[in-house]
Amino acid sequence: MATVFIPALMRKLTRGQESIVATGSTVGQIINDIENQFPGFRNYVIESGELKPSIAVSIDGEIATGGLLDSVGESSEIHFVPALGGGVGPRVIR
Amino acid sequence: MASGTTQEFNIIGTRPVRPDGVDKVTGRAKYGADYSFPGMLHGKVLRSPHAHARIKSINYEKALKLPGVKAVVVGKDLPELESKIEFIGEISLNPHYLAHNVLARDKVLYNGHAVAAVAATSLHIAEEALALIEVDYEVLPPLLDVRDAMKADAPILHPSLRNKEEPDKPTNVANHVQFKRGDLAAGFAAADYIVEREFDTSMVHQGYIEPHNAVGVYTSDGHATIYCSTQGPFDVRSMSARVLGMPVGNIKVVPAEIGGGFGGKTTIYLEPLAVALSKATGKPVKMIMTRSEVLRATGPTSGSHIKVKMGATKDGKLTAAEVWMAYEAGAFPGSPVMAGAMTILAPYVLEHLQIDGYDVVLNKPKTAAYRAPGATNAAFGSETVIDELAEKCGIDPIQFRIMNGAKEGSLQPAGPPFKRIGFIETCQAIANSEHYKSKLTGKNRGRGVAAGFWFNAGMQSTATVNIHADGSASVVTGSPDIGGSRASMSMIAAEVLGLPISEVRAVVADTDSIGHADVTGGSRVTFATGMAVFEAAHDAVRQLKERAARIWERKFEEVDFQAGKAISKNNGVPPMSVKDLAAKFPRTGGPITGRASVSARGVGAAFAVCCVDVEVDPDTAKVQVLRATIAQDAGRAIHPSYVEGQMQGGTAQGIGWALNEEYFYDNQGLMRNSGFLDYRMPTCLDLPLIEAIIVEVPNPGHPLGVRGVGEVSIVPPPAAVANAIYRATGVRMTELPMSPSRLFKATHKKGS
Amino acid sequence: MTHKTQVQCTINGEVTEFLCEPRQSLLETLRDVLGMTGSKEGCLTGDCGACSVIVDGRVVCSCLMLGVEAEGKDLVTVEGMAQESELHPLQQKFLEDAALQCGICTPGFLVAAKALLDRNPNPSEQEIRYALAGNLCRCTGYDKIVHAVLDAAKVMQEG
Repeated sequence: MATVFIPALMRKLTRGQESIVATGSTVGQIINDIENQFPGFRNYVIESGELKPSIAVSIDGEIATGGLLDSVGESSEIHFVPALGGGVGPRVIR
Repeated sequence: MASGTTQEFNIIGTRPVRPDGVDKVTGRAKYGADYSFPGMLHGKVLRSPHAHARIKSINYEKALKLPGVKAVVVGKDLPELESKIEFIGEISLNPHYLAHNVLARDKVLYNGHAVAAVAATSLHIAEEALALIEVDYEVLPPLLDVRDAMKADAPILHPSLRNKEEPDKPTNVANHVQFKRGDLAAGFAAADYIVEREFDTSMVHQGYIEPHNAVGVYTSDGHATIYCSTQGPFDVRSMSARVLGMPVGNIKVVPAEIGGGFGGKTTIYLEPLAVALSKATGKPVKMIMTRSEVLRATGPTSGSHIKVKMGATKDGKLTAAEVWMAYEAGAFPGSPVMAGAMTILAPYVLEHLQIDGYDVVLNKPKTAAYRAPGATNAAFGSETVIDELAEKCGIDPIQFRIMNGAKEGSLQPAGPPFKRIGFIETCQAIANSEHYKSKLTGKNRGRGVAAGFWFNAGMQSTATVNIHADGSASVVTGSPDIGGSRASMSMIAAEVLGLPISEVRAVVADTDSIGHADVTGGSRVTFATGMAVFEAAHDAVRQLKERAARIWERKFEEVDFQAGKAISKNNGVPPMSVKDLAAKFPRTGGPITGRASVSARGVGAAFAVCCVDVEVDPDTAKVQVLRATIAQDAGRAIHPSYVEGQMQGGTAQGIGWALNEEYFYDNQGLMRNSGFLDYRMPTCLDLPLIEAIIVEVPNPGHPLGVRGVGEVSIVPPPAAVANAIYRATGVRMTELPMSPSRLFKATHKKGS
Repeated sequence: MTHKTQVQCTINGEVTEFLCEPRQSLLETLRDVLGMTGSKEGCLTGDCGACSVIVDGRVVCSCLMLGVEAEGKDLVTVEGMAQESELHPLQQKFLEDAALQCGICTPGFLVAAKALLDRNPNPSEQEIRYALAGNLCRCTGYDKIVHAVLDAAKVMQEG
């Protein structure tokens, strides 16, 4: 069961909870499980079948690079964070 | 590969002369403006004299009639792109905004906004032609202050702009980011001391000495080549293709040497215009910006308004922090406020925090990245408040930071825990430094310290390592060399191949000749491109071992590779060096090229701590920096001289940001100091020697322990200088820059 | 067709003749007419020193001088600092001491430093800083540049 930390502005979707528990062995499966628990969550993080460009996923302290396909461990800690490109500034140059 | 343990290296950690150096000291190196082609035309851009206006009409007939003028391009000649976020190559952005920034359509949004582009047979004729283009503007009132732009009754810059929180309301606030954990009220209730301050920082520019340039060559087969100085040739390719409506594969970008970037040369300005003019004329077109154009019409970084409130117990334990920040995005959305929110307070353990950041559009140039974008503004606020709290607690400012310092497992502001980091070690390096231990004597003098954090980037890189017929090697990547990275790329390959550094050359290739590389920026080249080079060199070694096994008629497992030689593990076959093997390539299976591409994980975060001594002239309020020391965790310094160079360069930029640099806009929104005389960057005479202390807490995520080094050194200096000025004058400055006029007002208001 | 003026001068020890328009700066003349792109353009207002050349022994911003004003003068540019393929001690020390990163300001610094050492072979750190205050560098913070000039001065005194 992975622990998923919810960004502050999305906590209204998870009834105010800062972190929730979800099952799945990939990021995509985790998000699907969260959607089952809190309908509407998926649209906040997924667009056209992929992670939104503005969102990155940190798994056990490391920014994951495989998008929805990244594997998640039995007791992983997952954070959704803004996607950033380092010296480029925000990955999303709106 | 064991990292984090002591590793013995032959080449890594030494200081060889960089392989591209001779061309640079003799003037032979070709930067973008040095390119010349037969029949080449010169292009110039007509720019808006107004900060905010509607374009009613553009008439360029007279310009076209001027002898020597060959073409004019305006906004309507480029495709109109839908406003939405999409992936352009490997980065995501809104192509509508990008295209409108390259060439205005119905509105101009800042003084300097490009309105038309002209190509002529000489630069001077092109300039004359600009004066003959007639633009009818309906001038609108400019929005120049970030807090005014957030007000409910503010004029709206982009009628269709909405943010996620109020999806039906027109707004100038493009984005809101928030990080929150714990219970703020409880945290502040537990504090014995609370400090609350508001800060204002000015828009500043990266200040690279080389202006933007591009040569566009469009050929009748629908292909184009762009020669330009850029940090990201692959991004230039995909962004230009999108703006021009051309297939990405039809554009080749050849990165010239680049005369500084610091994040400002990661997007496009002239490139699509040069191609469009080349298409219209059938000739190569060269375009170079003047310094005034660079300052007014490229991508400075945000000015900001920041509120910081922090609490600590009298024993010096931080209990809570509340931050509110509004950053200027410029004419289009996309300030680095998110990065500011992710880096502020990162060096500290904080159970209760809330950080709110707002991305706000206004009538100034669209901001671009500037070395640790967003972090310096934020640290100016937090690091001066921390200094005040430390003073109230009666605790040495370095010790205060160590006491509250983040370690492995501590939570970052955005939530994820840190992996192994070296913040405490970096603080200790300053605490133990000769500078910090020395006494500062004399009147009007003060010492200040501050810390900074940058997460660094991983991202994608490709590398090939070619073994030549004589056993020497070339390393090919797509990462333009801004700071000497060709040296470290050669060193990494040479270390793995066991070759002397003189036999390995690093090459920066064009977008057709190497696989994708993300931008040179984000402190990522030594980390990620270095990782690709490391793996490509190992791939070459694997093939060399296979070749030796074939030659010796042994199994692959029986061959070892050490110190540049293939060695048979079992019997007395003499070892074969890379040179020996290469000599046999043609008759044993052909040439050997190692290759690798990475989407680099295992990024190591970087911390820097800066200590400065200043003297403030009591009559003029001029600040002289007497001594400066910067300590930074580099993980592992591949070439220490170039690591020191990054540290010293960032510190110098931070000092300029602290003391003199600002965009001065009049109330019409025109920049009044768009030249190097009045946009005042530090000269040789303004700075002391800068001591750079490299701390090495190896990054366990990288085979050589590397952490990115290029950016974080710019983050602490403004706060360090402010803290030093406080000790020299008794005045806490909350505005940047702390120029003589501002400091004079503040010190004389105090009535001291 | 704009009228061009014929100019004769000495550049890096060679008598040179060229045609340029009266409105072309010396910098533009060197780069675009003579193809000598070693001197760099940074600001065109004489504030950054990237275009520094030596004219009759004095460091000058070539962006502030006209090409036609070079008539009869003795010019030294960065291209003339090395002797055949042997680097000038300043060039050598800039490389060894890692006094350049992007390198765009380097030609200007080399020329200005050469002019300094030609008239003051043993400058102090402060004298070096004063002499080079007209050359902007954004990459290095000047630290390694100052060291390189001190090191080159030592070598030149011994040699």
